[in-house]
Amino acid sequence: MSYKIQADLGGQTGYGPVDCEHEDGAFHAGWEPQAMALMLSMGVTGAWNVDMVRSVLESLPDYSKLSYYEKWIKGLEKLLIDCGLVGSDEIAAAHMLRPPLPVTHVLQAADVPDVLAAGASTLRPAVNPARFAIGDRVRMRAALVEHHTRLPAYARGKIGRIERVHGAHVFPDAHAQGLGENPQWLYTVVFRGSELWGGEGSPGLSVSIDAWESYMERLT
Amino acid sequence: MADNEYPHEHGHSELGEMDLRVRALRTVLTQKGYIDPAALDVVIESYETRIGPRNGARVIARAWVDPTFRRWLLQDATAAIASLGYVGMQGEHMVAVENTESLHNLVVCTLCSCYPWPVLGLPPIWYKSAPYRARAVRDPRGVLADFGVALPASTKIRIWDSTAEVRYLVVPRRPAGSDHMTEDQLAELVTRDSMIGTGLPGTPDVTP
Repeated sequence: MSYKIQADLGGQTGYGPVDCEHEDGAFHAGWEPQAMALMLSMGVTGAWNVDMVRSVLESLPDYSKLSYYEKWIKGLEKLLIDCGLVGSDEIAAAHMLRPPLPVTHVLQAADVPDVLAAGASTLRPAVNPARFAIGDRVRMRAALVEHHTRLPAYARGKIGRIERVHGAHVFPDAHAQGLGENPQWLYTVVFRGSELWGGEGSPGLSVSIDAWESYMERLT
Repeated sequence: MADNEYPHEHGHSELGEMDLRVRALRTVLTQKGYIDPAALDVVIESYETRIGPRNGARVIARAWVDPTFRRWLLQDATAAIASLGYVGMQGEHMVAVENTESLHNLVVCTLCSCYPWPVLGLPPIWYKSAPYRARAVRDPRGVLADFGVALPASTKIRIWDSTAEVRYLVVPRRPAGSDHMTEDQLAELVTRDSMIGTGLPGTPDVTP
């Protein structure tokens, strides 16, 4: 199995300044709002979950060459094809060549406000007590994993402190692989800048991530 | 042919190709009955007109004028924000973090583009860009300089990397000299960037 995350950018150098003057809107081009709405609408069908979407997007081989919504369209096509909902020949032909597969739900115009307002909470009943408490010192997992994960590379193996406890949430590593929700306790873990970046860590800098319980071990 | 609907100044330009590709996808998904094209329009319109940073600005202005609401916002942001009617997708689990004289908060998503949609709308392009995502966690003062923001050297900086489904809203400091202003007037001072942490709120007019 080979899984390469292309999207884990935190702390990488060489990208230059932030273009905040020329890139201030949400969209570059007229097709981009359509791309956003297509992804959102297809998300409602229940054919996949948000972690599967993130997994497909972050592992696109040409990730760094694509604009944001180009990734969404490429990712959406891949999800549709992988699920068998649409064939690549149908996309190429720009029309349906085979009958549809059943989907759980189709987003109707009249339902959009309610669907947007409902959202999709990831909070779940906890099946076990939280292993960590506010103030605990923890070390993040150092090992690489070959699947979707939400532990950024810059925090791997680093020592931090539990700052907030958010309850049990759907575990994206499992959810993205179709292995179920497997809820785990979620924590805000805060690191000193110097722990993450060594000598060059700006004084007075701290960085936090939100991390699931299995991403860390207690430091004794 | 769909091709005929797209004038191309330079043959198949990048945008033209994406236009066609999205049009093709939309057609196939509609024919299959997976999407309702009218729903796409309502989704787009929602984020163009109804769900954007003015919502967040109303939250901040309320926090500035109402100490009870401010405490609620800092303790249970999801409920406090919902009381103003801002709820739902990509804002299911909200946390508000307050700037003070000694602490400045900055929000990023280094792994993708997580952003609090109900209060800020869809993220700006720079928020999703590699330079911001790469540098915010390591060199926030450099990033702030890109935005024209310089903080005192003594100010501590806290970065919130949105790596789960928790979404962060920065509560900027109420500008000096704004004591005379109404909640509505204060909301006008609250910029989108000040609620991400890459900016500061506007300053009040000198003449009340």
